[in-house]
Amino acid sequence: MAERKLRIMVAKPGLDGHDRGARILARHFRDSGFEVIYTGCHQTPEQIAASAIQEDVDVVGLSCLSGAHRYLFPKVVELLKEKGADDITVIGGGIIPEQDFQMLYDAGIKAIFTPGSTLEAIARWVRENVTQGS
Amino acid sequence: MQRVLSCFMSRDMKKADKIRKGDIRSATRLIRDIEDNVPGAKSTMKHLFPFTGKARVLGLTGAPGAGKSTLIDALISRYRAGEKTIGALLVDPTSPFTGGAILGDRIRLQRHAEDPDVFIRSLATRGALGGLSKAAGDAIHVLDAMGKDIVFVETVGTGQQEVEVMNHVHTVLVVLVPGMGDDVQALKAGILEIADIFVINKADRDGTGKLYTEISNMLDMVQAFPGGWRPPIVNVGSVFQPALFREHVEQLSQAIDGHYEHLVKNDLLGDRIRRQTLVELNEALRSCILAPILEKLVKEGEIERMVDKLLKKESDPYTCAEEIANKYLR
Ligand SMILES: Nc1nc2c(ncn2[C@@H]2O[C@H](COP(=O)(O)OP(=O)(O)OP(=O)(O)O)[C@@H](O)[C@H]2O)c(=O)[nH]1
Ligand SMILES: [Mg+2]
Repeated sequence: MAERKLRIMVAKPGLDGHDRGARILARHFRDSGFEVIYTGCHQTPEQIAASAIQEDVDVVGLSCLSGAHRYLFPKVVELLKEKGADDITVIGGGIIPEQDFQMLYDAGIKAIFTPGSTLEAIARWVRENVTQGS
Repeated sequence: MQRVLSCFMSRDMKKADKIRKGDIRSATRLIRDIEDNVPGAKSTMKHLFPFTGKARVLGLTGAPGAGKSTLIDALISRYRAGEKTIGALLVDPTSPFTGGAILGDRIRLQRHAEDPDVFIRSLATRGALGGLSKAAGDAIHVLDAMGKDIVFVETVGTGQQEVEVMNHVHTVLVVLVPGMGDDVQALKAGILEIADIFVINKADRDGTGKLYTEISNMLDMVQAFPGGWRPPIVNVGSVFQPALFREHVEQLSQAIDGHYEHLVKNDLLGDRIRRQTLVELNEALRSCILAPILEKLVKEGEIERMVDKLLKKESDPYTCAEEIANKYLR
């Protein structure tokens, strides 16, 4: 059996339309050998959860710069759980103040990356913490 | 009774059963198992095969950025208005250097993401050269067995020779854009030959008339169209003029339905499916007969020994291959 490919979705929930960072991240994931489903900006949590399930991804990477992460990130986790897909790992990134970290961890976000995190560190975290096709 | 029966069902049968009932997670995972060559995936496919052959399968191919995904999005809306259930397989290229891929076609289809009757799945080519992925054929079967009425297949952005889609769909749409009029000559062989319908997309642009004439002239030169079908040319104007765009998409869907009716009325659908089934069988034979032999030769180091011999000119490729054939195919 060939090795399983890791599938990861990069999505931007919310209203801000700056997806440069998300695109750079998507490219880095590709260069790390992952199959990256890129769904672009302005995604609702409902769209993100439904797409993640249809695409059979191992990880959903949410990127949010607008400040609405406190609502949007937990909502995606909740919707996945509702659909019996809580085995999908959800991670988040963007402009996220440190005082929000705990609240997001408690809501089921498995890792949080801020503008200071390197692309390598994000990809490494994924490789070390996610089992493909589990 | 159901309960009792299910005790006698194998794991693969149960999986197949769930997929037939429309379970998305089982379906998308089976597609992945096929992509990843997971043992057991073939066995589930065996249980699904009897339930395939009902969906209408439409393929869209054409140059990168021609507007294939945007058209699929519009066609999905059109067919959803008619209550049809939809599957879509979107193929994007795998990087030959890293094995990774960015699958971005889905961006254009996200307004259908939450529709429970639309199932969209992206696939990476994983090195396949024909414009699709090796798993595409089985993935179509999976969506078909799920009961989808219409299955769309989008190829990677193609040049001339990526014609694999013709082996998997009932109707091939070749999407062209104005501004490449002079290239029609160059494209003559290859993808232009597999078109059942030509779409001139972004027909709001300069050069639409010229492109139309070029294709038209090319078609005029054809002595006899296979099955008597002259591919129509459909202009689709700008997606940014919604009313006109919708009208054009309606015309396109009529052309698609017209082609299907032509196939059915003239007993051509059966021929097409028979040809495709033959290709599929060929593929299966290759993977069940050739692949294991190759694997064995690699594992036993025989391949390297043969290469050594060739480099020293002690043998030649045909002699080597014949020796292996004699050993395994008596
Ligand atoms: N002017 C104009 N632009 C269009 C039209 N349809 C699509 N586009 C734009 O063309 C670009 C590519 O569209 P896609 O639908 O992604 O094209 P594609 O053929 O699927 O592209 P690949 O999958 O990358 O090969 C997008 O930026 C669209 O907004 C149209 O009718 N007119
Ligand atoms: Mg596309």
